[in-house]
Amino acid sequence: MGMAKTISLADGEKGDRIRISKLHIEGVMRRRLLDLGFVPGRIVEVLRKSPLGDPIAFRVSQTCIALRKEESGQIEGELVDS
Amino acid sequence: MALQGEQASQRLEDLFKEAGHLSTPGLRDHVVEQLYKKSSELTAAGVTYTKSGHDEHSEKLDRIFTSPVFGFPIMLALLGAVFYLTIAGANVPSAMLADFFSWLEGYIAVGFEKAGSPDWLYGVLVLGFYRGTSWVVSVMLPPMAIFFPVFALLENYGYLPRVAFNMDRLFKVVGAHGKQSLTMAMGFGCNAAAIMSTRIIESPRERMLAILTNNFVPCNGRWGTLIVLASLFMAGSLAGGTQLLAATGVIVGLVLFGIFVTFFVSWLLSKTLLKGVPTHYTLELPPYRKPKVFDVVIRSSINQTLAVLSRAVKIAAPAGVLTWILANVTVGDTSILLHIVQFLDPMGQMLGLDGYILMAFLLGLPANEVVLPILLMGYLSTGAMVDVDGIGGLKQILLDHGWTWVTALNMMLFSLLHYPCGTTMVNIYQETKSVKWTFLSFLIPTVIAIFVTFIVAKAAVFFQLI
Amino acid sequence: MIEQHTIALAGNPNTGKSTLFNLLTGLKQHTGNWAGKTVDMKAGYFSHKDRKYEIVDLPGTYSLYSNSADEELARNYIIFEKPEITIVVLDATSLERNMNLALQVLEMTGRVIVVMNLMDEADKRGILINEKILMRRLGVPVIKISSRNRTGVDMLLDTIDRMITGEISTEPVTVVYDEETEKKIILLEEKAENIFQGRLPARWVALRLLDGDQRLIEEIEKRFAGRLEDGFAGRASVSTIGRSV
Ligand SMILES: Nc1nc2c(ncn2[C@@H]2O[C@H](COP(=O)(O)OP(=O)(O)O)[C@@H](O)[C@H]2O)c(=O)[nH]1
Ligand SMILES: [Mg+2]
Repeated sequence: MGMAKTISLADGEKGDRIRISKLHIEGVMRRRLLDLGFVPGRIVEVLRKSPLGDPIAFRVSQTCIALRKEESGQIEGELVDS
Repeated sequence: MALQGEQASQRLEDLFKEAGHLSTPGLRDHVVEQLYKKSSELTAAGVTYTKSGHDEHSEKLDRIFTSPVFGFPIMLALLGAVFYLTIAGANVPSAMLADFFSWLEGYIAVGFEKAGSPDWLYGVLVLGFYRGTSWVVSVMLPPMAIFFPVFALLENYGYLPRVAFNMDRLFKVVGAHGKQSLTMAMGFGCNAAAIMSTRIIESPRERMLAILTNNFVPCNGRWGTLIVLASLFMAGSLAGGTQLLAATGVIVGLVLFGIFVTFFVSWLLSKTLLKGVPTHYTLELPPYRKPKVFDVVIRSSINQTLAVLSRAVKIAAPAGVLTWILANVTVGDTSILLHIVQFLDPMGQMLGLDGYILMAFLLGLPANEVVLPILLMGYLSTGAMVDVDGIGGLKQILLDHGWTWVTALNMMLFSLLHYPCGTTMVNIYQETKSVKWTFLSFLIPTVIAIFVTFIVAKAAVFFQLI
Repeated sequence: MIEQHTIALAGNPNTGKSTLFNLLTGLKQHTGNWAGKTVDMKAGYFSHKDRKYEIVDLPGTYSLYSNSADEELARNYIIFEKPEITIVVLDATSLERNMNLALQVLEMTGRVIVVMNLMDEADKRGILINEKILMRRLGVPVIKISSRNRTGVDMLLDTIDRMITGEISTEPVTVVYDEETEKKIILLEEKAENIFQGRLPARWVALRLLDGDQRLIEEIEKRFAGRLEDGFAGRASVSTIGRSV
């Protein structure tokens, strides 16, 4: 147990489940991410990487959304034990 | 009354101002959080999951379609398969339609003769209008009636977003958006429609890139030209089955070259006129869903095919008439058409083409579909769109006018790379509301088309390939 | 002339809006002119029980907060064109995110039917949906359908009909925000109501303004600029909002 580990979504490995704590993004992109379900408090799961390594697909709100490193690297959360 | 109006607009201003004061940056977060909380509450109350609820089927398929090993080969194979189906499937119906139209023309000709119509009327209506229209229908209808449904099936199945997922990294390198691959896919059908579809790209800079480069994907209006020339000159000597494969190979090669140019131009623009870092990327990978095959096929053949075809015919008909008139009205002792051809010829020769070809591209500005028929009308300088005796007769006409495989290749390249059609440019203006960008969307491809064909022509001569 | 009723289809992308649209209209549809603004909005026609309907397939969006051209188009249609019924099509297999959009639409208009599409998929995946509970909580009709298998469509048509006749009235749920936001909303809502007099949903306008929705301000100014002269109260309102009360 102990303190949950804080990582960015971009650093997640396939299968990791991460509870979002903070979005370090402003403006339209923040709004878009919120609309898609990247909302603080919610859990996302790392699904898979694109053949060239980036973007990464996440399961969020029961859907599959791909983000580039630029964005997923700015979303912070805690690893959740599954 | 007017006073009341003033008051109302004043109150409106006040309302906006007050809202501005009350508004705080964190508000959106709260609102969305609250909405999601409510959604969660509702689903928790009304929905029960008896299994994992996940879409195992889609996840399995994604392991294949977006696999580091198979992802790209599968994309390439599907691209080839779609084109092969289109080319192979269109052959026979195209010939049948052409036969039908020329059979019908026989009766129409008799009718005109019986009615005692003057030659010029017969020329304008039958040799211009009728042949122009029937050519476009017989060359364009079959490939479209195959391509659109096949494409719609892939789209409905949910495969296209995976292409965007696989390709995104490449687009990012050149400063563009991964969803551009979706708008490019639309472009195979119709560039004008694809321009509208760039709306799915949220950020203005990347959207502009997608708009400016969409033209490097050959649209259905250019398929006819590409397929005919590829089969005639690039695979002409091969036997039936292999010929189709070779023609398909050439087309796939051209498409890949177009994609390469897209990347290059995107990169160049990202470094110059459209500087900036790639932004705003979100892409949903929806579940794979078996499409309602029959419905999709019927609907896309009927709706899309007829829409594009009717546009083509609307332009082909007047273009046919215009070309006939240009070819039959003489100034001095040559026709206007020949004057134009002679004027354009030096430039055409420089590009490994000729004056007729350039004229055809110029008159074909409203719609790419009519380029090849206009060219043939020009060659047969009676000004009648040809009623060629099968595809072999067509090749003879071209050979008679000094064509080599380089001429064919350059015409294909020019068709692939040159300025967008009139409708597309109208749409570009509508979407960008900018004369400058619309003009650039004309200029950039044209410069590239001229440059590439020039290099190919010179290289062919230099290496003594012809 | 026979009256024609208007219906809009809203929803996330890929929820089967177009499939439902095609199912209802058959081939009686047209895509807006390619060169025009309406390219993404297909309109179609159908009749049911002697009533004629025009139905519009709005672009699929994740929200209606005007982050993009499509969202703005869908938003403007619902707010300013005021379809008599807005059908929100939800993907039954990912209700959470989909519900989010439904709640946003409910803030804009009460004349809503929520359609849970893809029920065949949901069944396959063992997702059980109790629409009665959802209906009670949302305050609008909730109907399960599969536009692929054509199940539930009769029920939908029937509900549309009864909503037009007024047999069904709706009481859309209100999402309550945090205290501070609510205070601000109430402050602005009253003023907005005074100005728009039922032509726009005041609470929604207040919320959007608080969110700093510049595009909405521009749109309101554009749409109401000429009309201000005869005063908002003067004109016969075409508003359908509130009609269901
Ligand atoms: N299994 C199933 N598939 C459906 C249903 N409705 C739509 N689809 C499929 O879902 C995909 C997206 O549908 P579409 O109508 O294009 O969604 P839109 O983006 O909301 O317009 C298509 O492949 C449809 O065939 C349904 O009720 N059940
Ligand atoms: Mg749709």
